[in-house]
Amino acid sequence: MCLGIPGEVVEIVPEQPDLARVKVSGVRRAINVGLLEERPAPGDWVLIHVGFALSKIDEEEARAALEFLEGIGQSYVDEVDALRQSMIE
Amino acid sequence: MKFVDEYRDADKARALAAKIAGLCEPGRQYKFMEVCGGHTHTIYKHGLEDYLPEQVSLVHGPGCPVCVIPMGRVDDAIHIASQPDVIMTSFGDMMRVPGSGGTFFDSNAEGTNIRMVYSPLDSLKIARQNPDKHVVFMAIGFETTAPSTAMTLLRAREEGIENFSVFCNHVTIIPAIKAILDSPDLRLDGFLGPGHVSTVIGCRPYEFIAADYGKPLVVAGFEPLDILQSIYQLLLQLRDGRCEVENQYSRVVPWQGNVVALKAMAETMELRPYFEWRGLGFISHSAMRLRDGFAEFDAERVFSMPGVRVADPKACQCGEVLKGVLKPWECKVFGTACTPETPIGTCMVSPEGACAAYYNFGRFSRQRVKEATGA
Repeated sequence: MCLGIPGEVVEIVPEQPDLARVKVSGVRRAINVGLLEERPAPGDWVLIHVGFALSKIDEEEARAALEFLEGIGQSYVDEVDALRQSMIE
Repeated sequence: MKFVDEYRDADKARALAAKIAGLCEPGRQYKFMEVCGGHTHTIYKHGLEDYLPEQVSLVHGPGCPVCVIPMGRVDDAIHIASQPDVIMTSFGDMMRVPGSGGTFFDSNAEGTNIRMVYSPLDSLKIARQNPDKHVVFMAIGFETTAPSTAMTLLRAREEGIENFSVFCNHVTIIPAIKAILDSPDLRLDGFLGPGHVSTVIGCRPYEFIAADYGKPLVVAGFEPLDILQSIYQLLLQLRDGRCEVENQYSRVVPWQGNVVALKAMAETMELRPYFEWRGLGFISHSAMRLRDGFAEFDAERVFSMPGVRVADPKACQCGEVLKGVLKPWECKVFGTACTPETPIGTCMVSPEGACAAYYNFGRFSRQRVKEATGA
């Protein structure tokens, strides 16, 4: 829950500019990007907390963060599982 | 050493550790608190303490939002969930936190409907799908999750949803750090500031720690190199007689924080006069409640609650662990009566809790600690 997880923006949902589809460790889900001052574009990376992007990050930081998270094991698996169940709209 | 050796930047880590050792004054002990549970996780995962000179010790702080929820609030949540036609929703981390009569899981076995959700927005969706039920979101967390609750409340009001409320348990990190600074139990030389919380609040709120308490703070990232680099920066400040707030994690944390998130929080929530923290007791202005304008979405006003204060089990020493006074393995029940499978205290429940972090990395079973320390 406290973990910020990096996701790659795939698309901004048409007519819902606060909603973006992201890819996180192979899982594709919608998240809310309304907390970012600038809307992200496809290809951008964001750090996601409980369904909301809290900051934009660069690709290198995203890779490093992902490597860290994959290293911590079960709690990251649980977080991605929780995200998989998520149906944000 | 094995853990650092497995790390891809082991050479860089070793070089930093040598620089850290070079900065320590002979005969002086340094004690730094890592405020954030994520940092605790990295430190144990990579065995960073073994790598630091003996003069430098790291103390775990209260930065695990699951760990600091007092038992009485769990009981209140279960009480709400027991009302007719209520669906309670919660992050998975909370499901196994024991209240005085058991956990959310135990409560479900007795008939309540407490569901795990990933996001408060999922909770709102459940409310839309179940117009004949009242859906409550058990909101917990520091400033990393509070903006999400705030945005969800704004959305609920905009959509005119009438069967949704929030049981607000959001806490705020600055008063907890202040309580630790004011506590006579612990003498600290500096702080590793939390990474993701600072993404929201920025670095300015920490300035009083340097200005009023004369302690340096470095906001740190989550990788082993970030933590070592931040310890290095703390020691450098101490050597030079400086005392400042520095941002080692500037690649993610802007100095001014996330302005949109702060605005959403300010619009929906206000500080409570006081809030009870597990282990730390009552701390003034340390938690958030909903503003009057959101009264209809405030579970504390929609439902009447027992609000009874429940003392922790006698054997549990989470309080001392959360204050950094005890190391997890110094607790009487660590690894014996209290394990992640059968947790007595919250620090063993959450993966970010110091006890669970120690336990899960398998290096600190009681026996091995005894061997290691000769106790």
